[in-house]
Amino acid sequence: MENFMINNTMNNANVMQQSTRKSYEPFVGRYDPCKPITVKYYETPPQLYLGFQPPGLEQFPPPEALKRGTLWPALYAPYSNPYETP
Amino acid sequence: MWIYEKKLQYPVRVSTCNPMLARFLIEQYGGADGELSAALRYLNQRYSIPDKVIGLLTDIGTEEFAHLEMIATMVYKLTKDATPEQMKEAGLGDHYANHDNALFYHDAAGNPWTASYIQAKGDPIADLYEDIAAEEKARATYQWIINMSDDPFLNEGLSFLREREIVHSQRFREAVELIKDANSQKKIF
Repeated sequence: MENFMINNTMNNANVMQQSTRKSYEPFVGRYDPCKPITVKYYETPPQLYLGFQPPGLEQFPPPEALKRGTLWPALYAPYSNPYETP
Repeated sequence: MWIYEKKLQYPVRVSTCNPMLARFLIEQYGGADGELSAALRYLNQRYSIPDKVIGLLTDIGTEEFAHLEMIATMVYKLTKDATPEQMKEAGLGDHYANHDNALFYHDAAGNPWTASYIQAKGDPIADLYEDIAAEEKARATYQWIINMSDDPFLNEGLSFLREREIVHSQRFREAVELIKDANSQKKIF
């Protein structure tokens, strides 16, 4: 599994290391009728951190870029259901 | 004008007949944050926005139509040979009564598409901020649909579309930077 650690460092040199998934623990009431979800996840994809894209970034080979939906590894942030029980 | 290329931007494959999933996916077809709203919003706003970002809106608006076509293909395949009985079971009885298995521009709850989903304020910052928000909302919608979908082929196409939302959001954010800095020197990195 990915690392879901909360990391809010807004350091440019750190952009590539940003986790694109954050989490928080919602309040659990004593009489909540549904089984509580103890951890909620949300996505924080790379466009939130990149700023104006600098020139000369690394690129995927073209066929791979077509498949992934972006030419830029710096903008590639795949998603999978965080609540799925494996 | 446009030149039409008779192929999808990304190949669409669907593994099973699943009208229920089609019902959820139609949100991205005729919903408030769907591809139709996106295409029409950008291709309309572009007339009254600073010159240096018109091309961006044209390009992204055009690509949204390519996405609309992918969603249409997905919905079509998910429902193509579904019987009236299967449509009913999937909660698409109301849809069937009005449209048979035809596609229509409405959201997952059946609300017809309306132009009030989109805005052209004429203020470049207001319009671009709306566009950024639209991309993030579309990205979130794709996430919620992926969470409900158990079709691995379909999810490949949805993941591609979600990644495009990320790239579009990035470009709109850059457009904001461009018009903010319109009178200053070119940035040197």
